[in-house]
Amino acid sequence: MLLQAIAFYVFAAVVIASAAMVVVSRNPVYSVLFLILAFFNAAALFVLIGAEFIAMILVIVYVGAVAVLFLFVVMMLDINMTRLKEGFLDYLPIGALIGAALLAEILFGIGVWGSGSSETVRAFNQAGIPPATVENTRAIGQVLYTQYFYLFQVSGLVLLLAMIGAIVLTLRSRPGVRRQRVADQLYRPKEEAITVVKVPSREGV
Amino acid sequence: MLIGLGHYLTVAGVLFTLGILGIFLNRKNVIVILMCVELMLLAVNINLVAFSVFQGNVVGQIFAMLVLTVAAAEAAIGLAILVVYFRNRGTIAVEDINAMKG
Repeated sequence: MLLQAIAFYVFAAVVIASAAMVVVSRNPVYSVLFLILAFFNAAALFVLIGAEFIAMILVIVYVGAVAVLFLFVVMMLDINMTRLKEGFLDYLPIGALIGAALLAEILFGIGVWGSGSSETVRAFNQAGIPPATVENTRAIGQVLYTQYFYLFQVSGLVLLLAMIGAIVLTLRSRPGVRRQRVADQLYRPKEEAITVVKVPSREGV
Repeated sequence: MLIGLGHYLTVAGVLFTLGILGIFLNRKNVIVILMCVELMLLAVNINLVAFSVFQGNVVGQIFAMLVLTVAAAEAAIGLAILVVYFRNRGTIAVEDINAMKG
């Protein structure tokens, strides 16, 4: 139990530190790399709590797809970073004020909730994690493919929509580029395409 | 030293606050703003999964998966818009995005 607590504090500290580095880093490439570190450690937190499937999905989807997409775009666009970083400190007072207020409210809420006397809170705090009867992936599958099947399908549609949207947005037809037009090729009549020549024997065309 | 639900909620709260702070601090850089939105969604996911596990109810993890799906779609569309905008205007500074005079 002590080892678990130490692991939790280490992973949580790395998550928060790398999130802070995402915010304050001067180079957006470093920001993306720290984002990847944050996702990895969040996945470790999920493994620690017993949600292995979500942890693996987090690594695959976020680190494998989203973060690489970010890295790709950051490196593809030629951006003047010094100009984008101007005025970073101008917004620091108001940002720190609002952030501190929000953090205080959230922590206050959690503190009040944790010290509450309702039955559910007491059950939460005393019971710890209830033992799982089936393994995590099987439990998710049993619910996801039966009770939430329509939501599963709709999330597939969302991904399809995102794919089509991204392709439509970034597709462009450049002038002056010769492209193959398959339809025109297929609709060409036989008379235009082929001429039958009677070749005399031993003379050639 | 028992790690309870409150610990996870605290981590998620700090992460969410860092995301909001990042949006305030990097107001000119759309890419970092998108990354901060991803951080906030990660905080939401931590909340969902923590509640789900401590309640012994797997539905929260399914909702975390749906949040993950929407986050991936949002990142793809957002970055596509960013690429198109950069191709047309040559900059991604937020304060230059005023063509619609909104």
